[in-house]
Amino acid sequence: MDIRLDAISHSYGGTEVLRDISLDIPTGKIVCFVGPSGCGKSTLLRLIGGLERPTKGRVLQLGTPPKGCLNPLTYVFQDFALLPWRTVHGNISLVLEDHGIKGAAADAIIADVLARTKLTDFSNALPRQLSGGMKQRVAIARALAVKPAVMLMDEPLSALDSQTRELLMDDLVALWTRQPFTAAYVTHNLAEAVRLGHRIAVLSRRPGEIHEVVEIDMPLEERSHGNPELEQIQKHLWDMMRDEARAADEELLNV
Amino acid sequence: MSDATIKTQPIEVRFRGGGFAPKAQRWVGLAVFVVLIAIMEIGTRTGWISALTLPKPSDVLATFKELWDSGLLFKHLLPSLSRLAVGAAIGASVGICVGVMIGLFSYVRAGLVPLVAAIFPIPKIALLPLFVIWFGIDEASKYALIAFGTFTPTVVATYGAVDNVDRSLIRMGQSFGLSWFSIVRKIVLPGAMPGILSGLRISLAIAIILLVAAEMLGAEYGIGAYILEAGSLYDLERLFAGVVILSLLGVILSTVIGFIERRLLGWRE
Repeated sequence: MDIRLDAISHSYGGTEVLRDISLDIPTGKIVCFVGPSGCGKSTLLRLIGGLERPTKGRVLQLGTPPKGCLNPLTYVFQDFALLPWRTVHGNISLVLEDHGIKGAAADAIIADVLARTKLTDFSNALPRQLSGGMKQRVAIARALAVKPAVMLMDEPLSALDSQTRELLMDDLVALWTRQPFTAAYVTHNLAEAVRLGHRIAVLSRRPGEIHEVVEIDMPLEERSHGNPELEQIQKHLWDMMRDEARAADEELLNV
Repeated sequence: MSDATIKTQPIEVRFRGGGFAPKAQRWVGLAVFVVLIAIMEIGTRTGWISALTLPKPSDVLATFKELWDSGLLFKHLLPSLSRLAVGAAIGASVGICVGVMIGLFSYVRAGLVPLVAAIFPIPKIALLPLFVIWFGIDEASKYALIAFGTFTPTVVATYGAVDNVDRSLIRMGQSFGLSWFSIVRKIVLPGAMPGILSGLRISLAIAIILLVAAEMLGAEYGIGAYILEAGSLYDLERLFAGVVILSLLGVILSTVIGFIERRLLGWRE
């Protein structure tokens, strides 16, 4: 199932945050959105998942979600959004219960997603006992449990320290390599974008418009930390964004 | 500057990070009681505190034993406990329901918050005659008074607790397509539980106060009636015996809530 953004504009009150965004998110690809702070990238993600309505334009699903898909558009949040009173197992079963999946069927799915995110031993732990990186892996496991057609990832690694971030990026690459998933991935970190994105959309400062779309053909598993070709692309992205970021920074002071 | 630093001895950095972290100290609370009662006992025995000011704690204990032996204790305690249980159960459960509704629905909030604010400061005891007219002199008016008194603080605590539930968790529930009912039952209610329980502590203390007030106005048996009778005879031993029962009741209820908190809110810590 593809997602098409058809000329989306959005404003809060009188403030225009997004202007005329058109882009395709093709099946099995990770599309990264980067841009200076306040450019509306997180808003865009909320529009894609139907948590907010765009002022103008439409978000279209092309094709039907694959069979067995419980929640086609599934978020992974920056703050993890785990229920503190439920165990890891309980947090994942939460999203299955409403689909009538209980007991052995639920246990099978939960065991599978925990194995894929290397959390099998932590099934009965409470969120407060887990590190940040593990919490985010639980959130990713929860997203995988509903077999999403498109994962909507809102700065999923931004709350983590840089070492955990590296490790989790490797985990995401491994997950994708084993079974390619479709994702819209919002980040302000260009290293993440060049590492995980098949397609990178650079947004301008508010009102956010698509500045440029960069395609990276190199397979995800070949991309490594410090690869010169990726560094080149990252530098190109930064050159494009630097002035915008500075202008955005100064603009925020005047709000 | 540099000369001075070479000459002076190194000074250890003063520790200033202590305090502001209450820890559980099991026996201190008990010790305070024991010391206070011991002072009363010694004071009244030596005549330093006159018998008119305070009764002897040992006499109060003897009165208590008398109550127990004659079976009067349960004759007074059981009706009181059933009034407290029925009244507080009605008040707290209706209060929690209304509080959750105020937390969830804008129209209910707009309509009821001013009403609750208007009812809250009314001393409910003042309304007892009204309740007697509405519900009769029997048990029903006492239930109503206690229920009404527990209702308002429970409502206020509950809707505050619902307001404080992490919105990002609710958004998460919506994004996974959970039904409205599931979000309320599995996210809003557990998230509001800490606030609801701490509100319940206050509500139940108020319930005990109103229980006594209701029983003072019209009851043959009950702790309140017992205290009123002792008070009008200036029988301080019996008065204190009654007051001690009320205090114990408060301590027991608070312990029960503490136990429920540990069971339900073990995830916090």
